[in-house]
Amino acid sequence: MIAGKLSRITGPVVIAKGMKGSRMYDVVRVGKEGLIGEIIKLVGDTAIIQVYEDTSGLKPGEKVVNTGKPLSVELGPGLLTSIYDGIQRPLEIIRNEVGDFIVRGVFAPPLPEKKKWEFKPVAKKGQKVEPGDVLGTVKESEIITHKILVPPNVRGVVKKIEQGKFTVNDVVAVIENEKITMKQVWPVRLPRPYKENLDPTVPLVTGQRVIDTFFPVAKGGTAAIPGGFGTGKTVTQHQLAKWSDADIIIYVGCGERGNEMTEVLVDFPELKDPKTGKPLMERTVLIANTSNMPVAAREASIYTGVTIAEYYRDMGYDVALMADSTSRWAEAMREISSRLEEMPGEEGYPAYLASRLAEFYGRAGRVVCLGSDNRIGSVTIIGAVSPPGGDLSEPVTQNTLRIVSVFWALDKKLAQRRHFPAINWLTSYSLLYEKIKHWFLENLFPDWDELRRQALKILRREEELQQIVQLVGPDALPDKERCLLEVAKMLREDFLQQNAFHEVDTYCPLQKQYYMLKTILTFYDVAMKKLEEGAPLTKIVHHPVVEEIARMKEYSDLEQIKKILKKIEEIKNEIWSE
Amino acid sequence: MLKPEYRTISRISGPLVFVEKTHPVSYGEIAKVIMSNGEERTGQVLDSSEDVVVLQVFEGTSGIDVKHTRVKFLGDIIRLPVSGDMLGRVFNGLGKPIDGGPRIVPEDRLEIIGSAINPSSRMKPSEFIQTGISAIDGMNTLVRGQKLPLFSSSGLPHNKLAAQIARQATVLGREEKFAIVFATMGITKEEASFFIEDFRRTGAMERVVLFINLANDPVIERIITPRMALTTAEFLAFEYDMHVLVILTDMTNYCEALRQVSASREEVPGRRGYPGYMYTDLATIYERAGRIKGKKGSITQMPILTMPGDDITHPIPDLTGYITEGQIVLTRDLHMRGIYPPIDVLPSLSRLMNLGIGKGKTREDHKNVSDQLYAAYAEGRDMRSLVAVIGSEALTERDRKFLEFADKFETEFVAQGVEENRSIEETLEIAWNLLAELPERELKRIKKEYIQKYHPKYTGKKK
Repeated sequence: MIAGKLSRITGPVVIAKGMKGSRMYDVVRVGKEGLIGEIIKLVGDTAIIQVYEDTSGLKPGEKVVNTGKPLSVELGPGLLTSIYDGIQRPLEIIRNEVGDFIVRGVFAPPLPEKKKWEFKPVAKKGQKVEPGDVLGTVKESEIITHKILVPPNVRGVVKKIEQGKFTVNDVVAVIENEKITMKQVWPVRLPRPYKENLDPTVPLVTGQRVIDTFFPVAKGGTAAIPGGFGTGKTVTQHQLAKWSDADIIIYVGCGERGNEMTEVLVDFPELKDPKTGKPLMERTVLIANTSNMPVAAREASIYTGVTIAEYYRDMGYDVALMADSTSRWAEAMREISSRLEEMPGEEGYPAYLASRLAEFYGRAGRVVCLGSDNRIGSVTIIGAVSPPGGDLSEPVTQNTLRIVSVFWALDKKLAQRRHFPAINWLTSYSLLYEKIKHWFLENLFPDWDELRRQALKILRREEELQQIVQLVGPDALPDKERCLLEVAKMLREDFLQQNAFHEVDTYCPLQKQYYMLKTILTFYDVAMKKLEEGAPLTKIVHHPVVEEIARMKEYSDLEQIKKILKKIEEIKNEIWSE
Repeated sequence: MLKPEYRTISRISGPLVFVEKTHPVSYGEIAKVIMSNGEERTGQVLDSSEDVVVLQVFEGTSGIDVKHTRVKFLGDIIRLPVSGDMLGRVFNGLGKPIDGGPRIVPEDRLEIIGSAINPSSRMKPSEFIQTGISAIDGMNTLVRGQKLPLFSSSGLPHNKLAAQIARQATVLGREEKFAIVFATMGITKEEASFFIEDFRRTGAMERVVLFINLANDPVIERIITPRMALTTAEFLAFEYDMHVLVILTDMTNYCEALRQVSASREEVPGRRGYPGYMYTDLATIYERAGRIKGKKGSITQMPILTMPGDDITHPIPDLTGYITEGQIVLTRDLHMRGIYPPIDVLPSLSRLMNLGIGKGKTREDHKNVSDQLYAAYAEGRDMRSLVAVIGSEALTERDRKFLEFADKFETEFVAQGVEENRSIEETLEIAWNLLAELPERELKRIKKEYIQKYHPKYTGKKK
């Protein structure tokens, strides 16, 4: 065991001498209290260590012990419904042990060690297994069956496998000479292996109209939501965590507000999954490293989250990881880098910012998992970005945009007039749409693509016309264009705006999205036809059906929307005499 | 054990003192700096190594020399003696009484660097605080346990507003123990005496603890002042079960102090010279608001900051906005037009509003009404800029209605008296009267049943 001595303490970064034989990213225990730290730089026998806890009270000369292991997470049944800090300490258990405030030097095992799980073997004695093969299953929560897999570096013949109730530390199987428990330990900075990377072709349905219809993300894709404060990043992330049709949700609160994490903790157990009717918490793992918790643990929280995500992916699940906010993560890197007195890159961020971001988003993907059954699993990463001053030209946003395939641009102007979600339909994009278009056309409606294109066209035209209106006033426009403005407004207010706090509107199924869009665009066609027939514009835009369109969002019954659509189609054939 | 004294100061730079050849000293430890004339100052260890210890001296380094000044490390970190008797008292920025009153007999000595609240111990904020100010209660509701800053600019009446909020803030329908911890950083003597006078005049003083750091006090002291205030607040909230409102003014001065220390340490500067860790540092202040499961008391924060150059994208308001749960923005434009309080509701926001309003808390229609006011006011403001270009003749009848709405919204809803304490019912009534001037079919954000129930046309209450 390597043990050295502290020589300098300056905030979250400390320097230890006599650490000969240490490797980069080894975990060390620092000082009398055994604070957890990680080696981030080696110079001769001197190790530079980032400490995951407050370093007040440490003195030069105190001992530093190298554990010889990299920063790792424990993977196994019991992860779901847990809430962890950035280095996977279970916050609920820590609270029971040390009270309401987090004190230093506390440690508790991440997985419940006493709980016994019912293990049902799938593999048989004598069977030859390879990494990733399913050894057995455990019902982890009401909706998720946890698959116990052969660890990535183990293969051979199953010598022994048992059925019954076990803790995560009990041996459930023996493969060759290797004793297998239900717990795996995996270093967080190392991506978990898989067989093959696939193209993402299936949308992650989120129930949010502007996302699903206009800028969808695929299962296994990556998306970024940049926006200044108050533009609704967190509400959007919460909405995605609540309603997207992934099997598992990993929510990483990275350097954000404590009260927001509480909201998730209180809301999720009460909310029901639209698919299964079970509490959403049953499929969720929370990682909460709030802004006032140690900055080095914030840096680690992202890796802890994505490693857990990959673990469930390996079982063949579709996992969605929400990281709120990746800017706080980047700032943690910057803070540590500046304490190391590294040469700063753009705006003081370390030069390796871009590569770290790329590595992180690179861990998303739809893959063929290890194991002989070739199951498919996916990790979708949705990262919030908090650009200073809302300025998207800053390094974190720019480096993120180079990597991700979906960009939801939050717009302060929209947020200020309470247009939520404040996703700007002119600047946002989804590079994945072309790949998943076919899924919509085959599984839903053949005219989906056409409607989407027409809606976007109207909205783009509105933008152009608004510039003219700014100069000459709305009266100067011909009726047809004023009518288009009315329909664009309808699209904005009655389709794109979605109320996250309305019991029905908070989640909008694809079918409903389609009919809402179809209704508005049919109205547009009919209105244009009426105008051509010589009807006055006011009669069209003040038609009682307009008010009904505005209420479509509130209906949970699809038939009510179809009724409005029918009414509009009837108007088309009505004869309006002057 | 007798503590050794060192005469080994090698360098003094800004607020920092470098001491060599000491025994191993803890990071964060406090030290007494004893000058040749016997004067004692307090310092804190910012960097500890075998060769040199860097101290930050709170009272400033003027008069300290390398030859005669002695340094004694006290083997402890900074603590504040706290007591329930602190209510009604005035302290300096380092927590020493300055009102001539009796000595505080401490019930406890608390570390001023607060530990983070375990996220799983937090309780979801849900109680509406009525400030009596329509633009806040109606549009940007404050909720117990929230941190909601005032973004102001120099010359605007943020102090008047802060005092009004401190006076009027109540939680409806309950008698509870309520206290205010008020900390000033780098404000002028006049401003300080305004607060003290205002609290004395209105009888609020007995439930106030004041920490005063003035503009001419040492800059470095300001780094400690908000932490003193929050430590007191935590003590009152979690030991005395009180609901504490913490007002910190002016956070801009605090950040300037932080920048100064950072520069003296020759750290790599971040945006506009502020240190890269300013976000984390501010978070350790702002995140000390909240409610804890099983505890009766609570801490609500209202920090005040002045935006340099009225610029909301400046690092100070920017980083603050990313940590706090919203912001109340005061603008010069409204102030110039004589509107008090000059709150611009469009860039203002209360993130926790939805948790504190609605049936059983304020009124069922509150959310809808507020959304509608926002939408209509935003549209009216657009019309204003349109009129500036094309003249009001070109507007349609409908657009003109919105233009008028925007004006009335400012003069009737936002504007109110310094002593005027509006109940939430009064606020919503004013709102409905304004909305009634718009065509009913434009009220898209309001549920039909609420229109039937509250619209003056149907209630017959139209003035």
